[in-house]
Amino acid sequence: MKRVGPRGSGQFERISWDEALDTVAEQLKRITSQYGNEAIYALGGPGAMYSFSNRGCLNRLLNLSGGYLGDYGNFSFAQYIKACKYTYGAEIDYLFGSSVAEMANSDLVLMIGHNPSELGMSGSGQGYDFVRQKQKNNFKTIIIDPRYTESSLGKEDQWIPIHPGTDAALVEAIAYVLITENRVNQAFLNEYCVGYDENTMPDGVPYSESYKAYILDNPVAGDLTPGANAKTPAWAAPITGIPESTIWDLAHDLANAQAPFVQVAMSIGRHSAGENNVRTAFMLPILLGQLGLPGTNHGGIPMSASMNVFSMENHAEAGDDANAVKKRISFFKFIEAVENGKDLTVLKDGVILPDEELDENGDGKLGTDIKAIIAYATNRLINQNADVNYSRQVLADDSKCEFIVVIDNVMNASAEFADIILPDVTYVETEDLVNQGAVAGDTATLVQMSTSVGPMFESKPLYEMCVGIAKRLGIEAEFTKGKSHKQWLDEAYAATQAMNPGLPDKDVMLKQGIYRKYLPNGAYLSNKAFRADPVANPLPTPSGKIEIYSERLAYLAKHWELPEGDVISALPKYVAAWDGFEDEATRHDYPLQLGGYHTKGRVHSSYHNVPWLREAVQDAVWMNPIDADQRGLKTGDQVKVFNSRGTIEIPVKVTPRVMPGVAALGEGAWLKMENGIDKGGNINVLTSHRPTPLSKGNGQHSIRVEIQRA
Amino acid sequence: MTNKIQYGFYFDATRCTGCKTCQVSCKDRKDLPVGINWRRVYEYAGGQWNQNGDGTVSQDVFAYYTSIGCNHCSEPACTKACPTGAMHKRREDGLVLIDAEICIGCGSCARACPYDAPQIDNDKGIMTKCDGCYERLAEGLLPTCVESCPQRALDFGVIDELRAKYPDAIEPNIAPLPSTEITHPNLIIKPNRNAKPTGDKSGQILNWAEV
Repeated sequence: MKRVGPRGSGQFERISWDEALDTVAEQLKRITSQYGNEAIYALGGPGAMYSFSNRGCLNRLLNLSGGYLGDYGNFSFAQYIKACKYTYGAEIDYLFGSSVAEMANSDLVLMIGHNPSELGMSGSGQGYDFVRQKQKNNFKTIIIDPRYTESSLGKEDQWIPIHPGTDAALVEAIAYVLITENRVNQAFLNEYCVGYDENTMPDGVPYSESYKAYILDNPVAGDLTPGANAKTPAWAAPITGIPESTIWDLAHDLANAQAPFVQVAMSIGRHSAGENNVRTAFMLPILLGQLGLPGTNHGGIPMSASMNVFSMENHAEAGDDANAVKKRISFFKFIEAVENGKDLTVLKDGVILPDEELDENGDGKLGTDIKAIIAYATNRLINQNADVNYSRQVLADDSKCEFIVVIDNVMNASAEFADIILPDVTYVETEDLVNQGAVAGDTATLVQMSTSVGPMFESKPLYEMCVGIAKRLGIEAEFTKGKSHKQWLDEAYAATQAMNPGLPDKDVMLKQGIYRKYLPNGAYLSNKAFRADPVANPLPTPSGKIEIYSERLAYLAKHWELPEGDVISALPKYVAAWDGFEDEATRHDYPLQLGGYHTKGRVHSSYHNVPWLREAVQDAVWMNPIDADQRGLKTGDQVKVFNSRGTIEIPVKVTPRVMPGVAALGEGAWLKMENGIDKGGNINVLTSHRPTPLSKGNGQHSIRVEIQRA
Repeated sequence: MTNKIQYGFYFDATRCTGCKTCQVSCKDRKDLPVGINWRRVYEYAGGQWNQNGDGTVSQDVFAYYTSIGCNHCSEPACTKACPTGAMHKRREDGLVLIDAEICIGCGSCARACPYDAPQIDNDKGIMTKCDGCYERLAEGLLPTCVESCPQRALDFGVIDELRAKYPDAIEPNIAPLPSTEITHPNLIIKPNRNAKPTGDKSGQILNWAEV
């Protein structure tokens, strides 16, 4: 289809595949010759998780035609992996912690925001595993969350409601108790860590810069007298909303546990001070010395059992290395890069440039605007990106981003901003292998899709679209390597089978559908080798140790240009940041914090258009009875939820399952703009596109709103 | 009337996360429109919040779910209320079924049933209801809701066998369900730790819009 009205008006006309692919190829040629390959941006998402006909096809096509502007980070854990990198030394390796199965060896599971029963749809495998482990082993379970989640429901021994984004304040108060009562594992801190106290500071950094001095607010080594700004439970109580005595008890529970399993959710990273929230939460197992031992976890999200599959993206010439464009931006900055990419810089915006383009200060400009976007299987062009009204305004101007292609099988809010829409097939119309996602738990699963129906109407698999574009760009032979779609699929399957001995032949899998194994590699225990021998198995940090104090962050803190209020710090710290609980700029006009969560009714925005799911799980904003009474609201009333960025209108659900002062709304609802008000209930009308300090990622859970009767 | 056997459901409220897969898979199998739910998942919750005056809060909040289809009761209120005999209890297995040829869609059964099992189809002018997936049973399969539950919180079978298989399960005199004395449902429940007794006033059904 091609756009016939103004960009974003949703007016389209059906055209032939030839015309569509001709247009795409011509525009790509024009834009690369006029602005360079770095003006092309490929927007990917999790809407289609096929192993072969996926965004790897598209990336490979773009690589073969000269490359495209790359990106780093993602909506799930941009901040989290930076916390992993600066604490434990690597990003993805420490994103994942011990398996759920390892909880069997624990006597206390502490979930900081973690919510396995809602993280994946229907709880996914991880939700199943958690319930089984809990019921079988009966470890004490403490859940910290502003909502009484589906992971609770009597499975918890204690639910501690907390103001969104204040988890770091809670952890600092626990640290205070552990330090002042001498319950930290001093031997562990001495041997395995950098920056805790006078024994472990980097050369040239005084004790006053240590974690212990910071928590106690006392620069004198050996003096435990707390200063005026010590991080005491009394200090943390009004910030977190948690009574002081509860904080003391929680600290004692952790200290008394034989094998505490601390689970830090990705969600606490998606706040305006997200990197510091996660780094701070990691301090619990570190202070206790409870990691790398049976039944413990360093904080990371549960490692999912998985099998390896062939992916076009990982295929020899398809990876990042094959992209001739070496410039990259944060995934969260692409709208800004449309608006004014030229002036985005390394030190201000986190742009990554090749070394030869950096000046003596390590700075440099991106130097180009995004002029074309190819969005595949994603609704983050509009719906899932923060600050919908900002994105709509920037993208509506077709003199800025001159060409937008959307490849999808539904007409969503993002597709409405396309110039050309290419209709993709759905899961049941194509043969492909699907690997499980990262929250699948302890059972590894491969799903073989079969063509129970052929492509409906005029849709095509992505691979075939790419072949059509490659032909028009004169690179068909390089792209296909002379192979048919079926040959590629057969080879991809054979490659997957070689990696997974036991996987049946394809003709069997086409009938059988699912292949799974429980813990094919056994239960994963994070940091096991490092704990056993820190000299032989150092962490990939510069010091080889756990870096409580990060010299690399101390450097960035000095050299990066940050807006007022943003903090990058050598030590992990609670930061009262924008749109958070303590934000003076917004808390008076918008007294409620709004939490976005994974609703059971869809996967992000996928399947929002299924009426049965809309009926099964109502899209209503949760509100505590105290807040509802103050506003004269009762369940079912239509309300406006608003802040300076926009307004949505939806029903309210009055429920004790969310704490006072906090409202909650499932994310992913499809935008439905009527006279400037979203009647669809899309939370991103209310979220900010201001990035977090270190990862330049999405602080989409820091939202302040007011709610009134519509 | 005595049946040769009596089928019934088992529900484990300690596992249920309220995900609604049972409800949706049932609709998928029977292609039921929005508004007709042969299986419904009730969210029952309550508890009080206290603002402690120092910026902190305390609470005794609880919540749990109950997944309910038709309980194919031993003394069904629906069959007694039916003026035509369309709603009947099958002798061979105790399933309570509707003869669509005879049903006049008067709604008497729905008003009589304390579990909201009969669901009127206004387009067709007849009553509809969970039929225990009798055609799947004939093939040796379990009802769709049971097999689709991600937490394996549901089971189905001869009720006496279920009682033996699940010694922790009890008669469902649990809020928000009515007293079992009314219809003698063939449903047993492993109660949630938060479970309140039938008639409890400390909580309420929070999701009327979804059931």
